[in-house]
Amino acid sequence: MNYNWDWGVLLRDPYLGWIIEGLGWTLAISLLAWIIAFSLGSALGVFRTASSPVLRALATTYVEIFRNIPLLVQLFLWYFVFPELLPEDWSRWVKRDMPFPALTTAVVAIGLYTASRVCEQVRSGIEAVGPGQRQAGRAIGMTEVQVYRYILLPNAYRIIIPPLTSEFLTIFKQSSLALTIGVVELTAMTRQIEEYTFQGFEAFTAATIVYSLVTFTVMAIMRQVDRRTALPGTFSKGAA
Amino acid sequence: MNLRLKMLAAAAVTAVGLAPPAFADAGDSPTLQRIQERGTVSIGHRETSIPFSYIGENNEPVGYSIDLCLKIVEAIEEQLGGGKLEVRYVPVTGQTRIPLIANGTIDIECGSTTNNLTRQLQVEYLPTTFITGTKIASKVGSGITELEDMSGKIIGLASGTTNEKAIKAAIEAKDLDIKIVPVKDHSQGWLALETDRIDAYGSDDVLLYGLISKASDPSAYHVTGRYLSFDPYALMVQRNDSTFERLGRVTMAGLMRSGEMAEIYAKWFEPGPTNINMPLSDTLRTAFEIQALPE
Repeated sequence: MNYNWDWGVLLRDPYLGWIIEGLGWTLAISLLAWIIAFSLGSALGVFRTASSPVLRALATTYVEIFRNIPLLVQLFLWYFVFPELLPEDWSRWVKRDMPFPALTTAVVAIGLYTASRVCEQVRSGIEAVGPGQRQAGRAIGMTEVQVYRYILLPNAYRIIIPPLTSEFLTIFKQSSLALTIGVVELTAMTRQIEEYTFQGFEAFTAATIVYSLVTFTVMAIMRQVDRRTALPGTFSKGAA
Repeated sequence: MNLRLKMLAAAAVTAVGLAPPAFADAGDSPTLQRIQERGTVSIGHRETSIPFSYIGENNEPVGYSIDLCLKIVEAIEEQLGGGKLEVRYVPVTGQTRIPLIANGTIDIECGSTTNNLTRQLQVEYLPTTFITGTKIASKVGSGITELEDMSGKIIGLASGTTNEKAIKAAIEAKDLDIKIVPVKDHSQGWLALETDRIDAYGSDDVLLYGLISKASDPSAYHVTGRYLSFDPYALMVQRNDSTFERLGRVTMAGLMRSGEMAEIYAKWFEPGPTNINMPLSDTLRTAFEIQALPE
């Protein structure tokens, strides 16, 4: 390989600032998208296991649509196609006047996509608790809402902490897709450093390290959460 | 013992020095050695740099730069002994072209790349094949002619291009209130302009004419303003490979000397398959004459 190495470029002004700013946008997209994904995904997961066939069908349709279309395609659909289907002035608002049009679109698209995956995790958690618990709850006179609130969900969430951690790590990494619609997050910033300095290999190494540091931190935190919330004598025993 | 070891080492060095090089025709050129080893020339091409390097009607890369590269492929075949080489097309973008040349994934980049001095730290360029500069394209009736008319408006710029830097610098220098939307490539930038996501798209004027010529309604767009940068295009090759670079230079000088360069130019620009219609400018004609070095 014929290349002039220059690691110092990463610490030089303004490139270090760019990496930090990019990390900020990456965290913003991931956390905001996770809020959508977790809340919507939990609701859908409950619907998916509810006794009402209408709710079940609704949640199943959602999962089938959002989980089976590649995220990148969804991102483009939301960014380029969706605004064109709206009435004229709404379309203009979405494309121009909405705060941070590209960022907002990315958060919504990634959030809705991940919601379908969170839904499946929640469903499998609830199913893992078993039908016996549900029947026992109903037998002592609890309503279905109470069964979910006091029996199924507290157990299910504990069981699915490890896979939910994976989903969060995935959302964090998938936030880099936002650069395809013009959000200047961490990956886009490292590309920009490459464009200005042509030191692409150094810039991408920096991105790799920053992504790894964040994911390792999340994993360490979630392991503690898993351990602290574990209930003796149940499925969840903390990540061994 | 020590002396014998030294003699042995000396003998070994001599033997290596005297051994015939593994690739007699490729000489000391890593690029030529690589090509000979694989029997393939890897050409990096763009997908929407009209009419330099883009996907043509048969889903194959075509264009002015591609034609020039194929001339160089002929020269490589001759240099390596006349055997037919396979051409492998690798799509590149504004961001990937330089790393892919540096790491040897592509042997030569045939797109619309500006030759500038910073990039020369990582790659080497063949003679200038086209001269252009940054301008802006907007919808007719938008009231935009110069960058200065865009206060409070939005401009789209392709990441990794010299245009991006030139326009950002111009905006900063004049402290203009213009929002920049980065886009991935020219087609996405054009889509953003067509769907009113941006008010203008900044790029090399020739590429803007190319994009307009392929737009659904070419009369609805125009290219305006002064040149915001000077962009001489050239084919890109790996650094520190003067043998391969010279082969490229010899080919290009030959084309310029024989006038074949002007013919290839006419094929793509006067008016060319996309009706771009840009006759050979005096500046470029002079550039061809100056670069037509004698044998």
